Amino acid sequence: MSARFSPAGYLICLCGIVRREGLRFLHQRERFVSALVRPLVWLFVFAAGFRQVLGFSIIPPYETYVLYEVYITPGLMVMIQLFNGMQSSLSMVYDREMGNMRALLVSPFPRWYLLWCKLLAGTAVSLLQVYVFLAIAYFWEIEPPPIGYLAVLPALILSGLMLGALGMLISSAITQLENFAGVMNFVIFPMFFASSALYPLWRVREGSVALYYVCQLNPFTHAVELVRFALYGQINWLSLAVVAGCTVVFMVAAAAAYDPARGLLARRGEG
Amino acid sequence: MNDATPTEADALTVEGVSHAYGARMALDQVSFALRPARFTALLGLNGAGKSTLFALVTRLYPMRAGRIRIFGHDVARASGAALRQLGVVFQARTLDLDLSVQQNLTYHAALHGIGAREAARLSGQALTQLGLADRANDKVRALSGGQMRRVEIARALMHGPRLLILDEPTVGLDIKARADILAHVRMLVRERGVAVVWATHLVDEIADDDALLVLHRGRILADGPVAQVIAQAGGTSVREAFTRLTHEVGDDAA
Repeated sequence: MSARFSPAGYLICLCGIVRREGLRFLHQRERFVSALVRPLVWLFVFAAGFRQVLGFSIIPPYETYVLYEVYITPGLMVMIQLFNGMQSSLSMVYDREMGNMRALLVSPFPRWYLLWCKLLAGTAVSLLQVYVFLAIAYFWEIEPPPIGYLAVLPALILSGLMLGALGMLISSAITQLENFAGVMNFVIFPMFFASSALYPLWRVREGSVALYYVCQLNPFTHAVELVRFALYGQINWLSLAVVAGCTVVFMVAAAAAYDPARGLLARRGEG
Repeated sequence: MNDATPTEADALTVEGVSHAYGARMALDQVSFALRPARFTALLGLNGAGKSTLFALVTRLYPMRAGRIRIFGHDVARASGAALRQLGVVFQARTLDLDLSVQQNLTYHAALHGIGAREAARLSGQALTQLGLADRANDKVRALSGGQMRRVEIARALMHGPRLLILDEPTVGLDIKARADILAHVRMLVRERGVAVVWATHLVDEIADDDALLVLHRGRILADGPVAQVIAQAGGTSVREAFTRLTHEVGDDAA
């Protein structure tokens, strides 16, 4: 038996992991529903309320004045991925010594590859959520051009990977963030609010120049802009570069920081 | 007759392995070698270091001191080759309860680069042997505890490993299921020539012709055939031998 796997073997492994994640997700209806309710509340309630408050000038990629609902849709799409990525990454890190992660990690494939497959599988699940969200939003007059639905796919895969890898890095590096509430307060909310998801950055700049720069440095902003442009069949090259760069950096760092030996058993002192 | 090639080495070789959690030594200079096609009981109380040893053998933890080889393949340096020869049954259940038996097995096969068609063939075989062929499409949730364990064992053997390690596999099972699982694993050793490491804290799971490793507070206190260990410790049963061995070490107020 040869010591190495063929490329086909690697592909089988990836497909198996993605398939399992998808099957599991379809069996968890509550998770599906709650993943959809969150952005829909923002869209139906928050955006409707703010519609009259915020006025926009025409900014790319939009060619006309757009409703506030239309503006925040890309931000909500990436928010779905942010929640999904943080949730699955947190469990990847905290379950690494038991259950399914343990079973995954005894696979003879390189560990970095297994973790990458797992991130991609989480991203695939988030894609399912995002597209169902877009389908519902369509009836709320969020109608991007048909080509946008296809063009946004690679953008979403990249942003999903970036957020998943970031989640894994944060949960590995900061051991105090043991539960999802901590991640919500210290990661999800700051990233979401200090970004271009809810308001264009030129308006942020009018309010606070410092905050404007914070938003510019926030990778979430670039994930949102990448998705926003792609949804209208365009490419935001700066955002693409930032998201691609961050994805690589986060993934390498996350794989390096992922050390099960620093987990529960160590803290408890052998079980 | 000696036709053993260098790769047909011991099933599992552990050399000078130590592992500490902070100042506390979980494993202290542990060394032993296990022959192929043999049932070895790894006996130790909770906290003896069994879980840490398993975490190191399965590459979960990085090796800090010492060396572990599976059929000659170094777990740290050639982990892919080593892990291909290894099947693992964890103490906690690791099947997906809402997926079917077949889906669970297909997933595991994919983790070893085995495609769906071959996986279906292998799992069909395995389930027939277990008498669970008609349950292939049932959700795992519908199986009994003993059946789940059997499926986990079948899963661990799908990629054809020659070493199977089980971490307290009978925890939570009733007496009948416990006996069945034990008999099943002994059959695997006899008929398929699989080397087995069976970690337990229950002396009644150990048979007279097993190999025995006694692990206590991170150190190997005895290593050999059961009869030999009993004789050396100067007892009449495994239970007595274990009590004597662990007493000699002294109970410095844990």
